[in-house]
Amino acid sequence: MDSSIIIEKSVIILVVFAITMVMAMYSTLAERKVAAWLQDRIGPNRAGKGGLLQPLADGLKLFSKEEFEPNTPNRFLFFVGPAIAMSTALMTSAVIPWGDRFHLFGRDIILQATDIDVALLYVIGVMSVGVYGIMIGGWASNNKFSLMGAVRAASQMISYEVAMGLSIIALLMMTGTLSLREISAQQPGMHWNVFYQPLSFFIFLICAFAETNRTPFDLAECETELIGGYHTEYSSMKMGFYLFAEYANMFISSTILAVLFFGGYNYPGMSSAVENWGVNIANVIGIAVLFAKICGFIFLYMWVRWTIPRFRYDQLMHLGWRILIPLSIINIIITGIVILRAEIAIYLGF
Amino acid sequence: MSTILIIFCVLAAVTVLTAFLTIFSRNPIHSALYLVICFFSIAGHYLLLNSQFLAVVHIIVYSGAIMILFLFTIMLMNLNKENEVHKPRITRLGAIVSFCLICLVLLTVFINSKPIVGEYISTGDDYQSIKVLGKVLLNEYMVPFEFASILLLVAMIGTVLLSKKEKTEK
Repeated sequence: MDSSIIIEKSVIILVVFAITMVMAMYSTLAERKVAAWLQDRIGPNRAGKGGLLQPLADGLKLFSKEEFEPNTPNRFLFFVGPAIAMSTALMTSAVIPWGDRFHLFGRDIILQATDIDVALLYVIGVMSVGVYGIMIGGWASNNKFSLMGAVRAASQMISYEVAMGLSIIALLMMTGTLSLREISAQQPGMHWNVFYQPLSFFIFLICAFAETNRTPFDLAECETELIGGYHTEYSSMKMGFYLFAEYANMFISSTILAVLFFGGYNYPGMSSAVENWGVNIANVIGIAVLFAKICGFIFLYMWVRWTIPRFRYDQLMHLGWRILIPLSIINIIITGIVILRAEIAIYLGF
Repeated sequence: MSTILIIFCVLAAVTVLTAFLTIFSRNPIHSALYLVICFFSIAGHYLLLNSQFLAVVHIIVYSGAIMILFLFTIMLMNLNKENEVHKPRITRLGAIVSFCLICLVLLTVFINSKPIVGEYISTGDDYQSIKVLGKVLLNEYMVPFEFASILLLVAMIGTVLLSKKEKTEK
């Protein structure tokens, strides 16, 4: 492998890491600002201009707080829990195509850390491993409330993973590939998958809410029943890691929604932009468009939080197992019929 | 030593070590977690063999689903008691005898076994690509594939039936 590729990939990885961190940081501010706006308040406005430095102040506060530890025989696992949550939240971004190819210094640069053949399965795999962070942390806290919160969160996440996987299958039958790069390349202009697979998109969206433990599915941290859920015993930056992982997950799932269903970096008129202004400028616009889509989804997360109240636990399980899974199986059958319509017509003798 | 060999040695060491720790650790949750690490290192072996699909599916199915259900059961049934009750002598004797018998069988199998494929020939197909894998699985190995899925379905229906409470006659 030649060294320029290593340098290129390292730069991309570092930049993506930094962007994920900054987006997660400012999502906390955005959440409070959106909440304030929806409730006709002002929101945080003391630190910096219009509250712009609020995330930094929060981070500083979390770092400097005293760290309590519960009386637990599993101190190591208590420490590992938030670490797993944080690292799985950051790992997913490796396979996401942030833009088309750039042409710089006489060579093509692809804005993606790695383009593996099974990218979408990798995303699902990392997501399913993320459950361990919650379970280990909740169990090692040596507290019944934490354990119940952890078990609730984990059972919710694995239940909705099933529906999520099934909803993606309908999309895969259409695209015929698991590589996120090829999936976004297949949606030029306005040929976004959401117009061809709307049901798949809605199921995926609902499951993404459940996977990130956001309202209306935030039963894991149901304050009235479980105090604070799996992170009841955590304090200082360890709790900060759990909260931060939630926001990083939100950013990543918004990105995956944008790439899978909303065309990724594609925008109407991209081909004419490439002809008139060159590849690089068209790509910069593409990256901006992708981030606009991501921010739109993050806003949707926050909007829903202040619109729909929390479900009851049996309602959550009912929705996941009895409604979303049959719906996605019906969607798979319909997609199969549409793909094979020519063969079926011949078979039936039309 | 080549890089691949070093990675293989590290992975193999981790696999064997965590597999033994799974058996030897007193706390059931610790042993489940060691098993998870063991599964991850096995996925690493698959990656070394250049089969990305198998590695990812292994992680999704074993670490992401099965082991989480294991942990669930252990945590909820509160089995995490460290002090193990001593088994009766006859049970321990039986365990030792059956272990020795299994060792004997395995030893004879390994001594007498001959490799079926003497020489590995490259077919030119890229078997890490899902497209090739799917075509092979649904053309050449269609019947075993379908049988495996029927087996899974039967197991699933059986579990549901077993867990259902029987209605009492009025």
